Amino acid sequence: MCSLEKRGRVYVLSLTGDNEHRLNADLIAELRSALAKVRTEYAAAPEGSALVTAAEGRFFSNGFDLAWANAAGSPSASRQRLSSLVALFKPVVADLMSLPMPTISAVNGHAAAAGLMLAISHDYTVMRGDRGFLYMSELNIGLPFPPYFMSLMRAKIADPRTLRDVTLRAAKITAAEAKARGIVDSVHAGADEALQAAMRMGEELAARNWDGGVYASIRMAAFPDLCRAVGLPAEEKAQTFSSKL
Amino acid sequence: MAEMCRVEKRGRVYLLTLAGTDEHRLNPALLDAIRSALSRVRSVAVASGGSAALVVAAEGKFFSNGFDLAWARVSPSDRTPLMVSALQRTIADLLSFPMPTIAAVTGHAAAAGCFLALSHDYMIMRADRGFLYMSEIDIGVPITENIMAVLRAKIADPRTRRDLLLQGKRMTAAEAAARGIVDRAVGGAAETVEAAVAMGEELAARNWDGEVYASIRKGAFLEACSGIGLAVEEEETETKKAACKL
Repeated sequence: MCSLEKRGRVYVLSLTGDNEHRLNADLIAELRSALAKVRTEYAAAPEGSALVTAAEGRFFSNGFDLAWANAAGSPSASRQRLSSLVALFKPVVADLMSLPMPTISAVNGHAAAAGLMLAISHDYTVMRGDRGFLYMSELNIGLPFPPYFMSLMRAKIADPRTLRDVTLRAAKITAAEAKARGIVDSVHAGADEALQAAMRMGEELAARNWDGGVYASIRMAAFPDLCRAVGLPAEEKAQTFSSKL
Repeated sequence: MAEMCRVEKRGRVYLLTLAGTDEHRLNPALLDAIRSALSRVRSVAVASGGSAALVVAAEGKFFSNGFDLAWARVSPSDRTPLMVSALQRTIADLLSFPMPTIAAVTGHAAAAGCFLALSHDYMIMRADRGFLYMSEIDIGVPITENIMAVLRAKIADPRTRRDLLLQGKRMTAAEAAARGIVDRAVGGAAETVEAAVAMGEELAARNWDGEVYASIRKGAFLEACSGIGLAVEEEETETKKAACKL
């Protein structure tokens, strides 16, 4: 369901298969396992690195596996299944927010609901311009947001009217609009071009040879509310800072 | 006593108009009238099921010129807090309203009047005349923290905040639209109301659940809502509520 490889200094995490990459317990477990592996490998041989998260096919990710949740056999069992997915995904956001290297999502198609959350949990987002949109579907299906989704959007979508349109209008946002409104960093001709751009960016950022621990600590300090919301521990910054001097 | 505000229904849109051609100064009487009207709309909307939208507009040259300072000056130490808390409660009502809200800024919106407009989800403003103006700096009046929380939530750009708050800049609709404060600048007062009602109709046609809408708004504008005194729920409750909707 997902693969991990290293190309030069860039770890490439791919959601495999031409499907909606629905986030269910299995895919989430594989994502966490891949991110843990990145962290371990980095720790064993620290050097400037970067992570690119990409996906095959027409979708980046269409969100949680609601079909699985709805197949539970009773309304209360369905509710439990959805709650479990919400809870299982939170640590993925935490993993990305604490990863000791720059992170880039290469959006190859639709990114909706939890799928959009996955994309914007990265430091940078590049997107194909020819198809696909970003979309928070929750209002349309009558679901309120889990609070950590809201924290993530407040952290990454600073413009109030864009935040409103994404959350309170369930707007389907094209790549061009996402760039203009500051949700994605750059737009590219197609999926391949977007991935290549992400790889180039990964190599450039890795070549800066930043200390991964410092990078992660600064990232977390830049988004304290989000980190609190996803259960990342309060900074041990003072200690880290003095040990760097 | 002439009605201070009236409510009519146009299709799925509740249109609340501040009546009369005066400055619509926000004193407790007018704010209570607005709150009563909002409360009636909320009850009717909930009872009738179906989705709706709210437009707030005003007659005359002013949307609202702010607090009724003349009224407050009669006995400042007790009247000022009454006025401020009445505004806070009105803003809290708007921030928790179970449907999309649109301010049809049909004239000058100054100080508390500007905050009232900003407390809506959308702002459509007449382009031909009228300003948004945070006059507090010019009058020498500080802004209370909980109202400021709303401004911070709605105006994120530091330079726009600075120009409005610290320079007392009078902004036309065109400039406000360019700076992303208002959503649209349209012709005159009548066109502004029509455009707002049309937008309301479009939003109402999306058939969103009003409770879910209000809960999402609270999450999106968390600091503004908690700042103004709306209870902010614990994470677990929200997740359970989310699951209940499935």
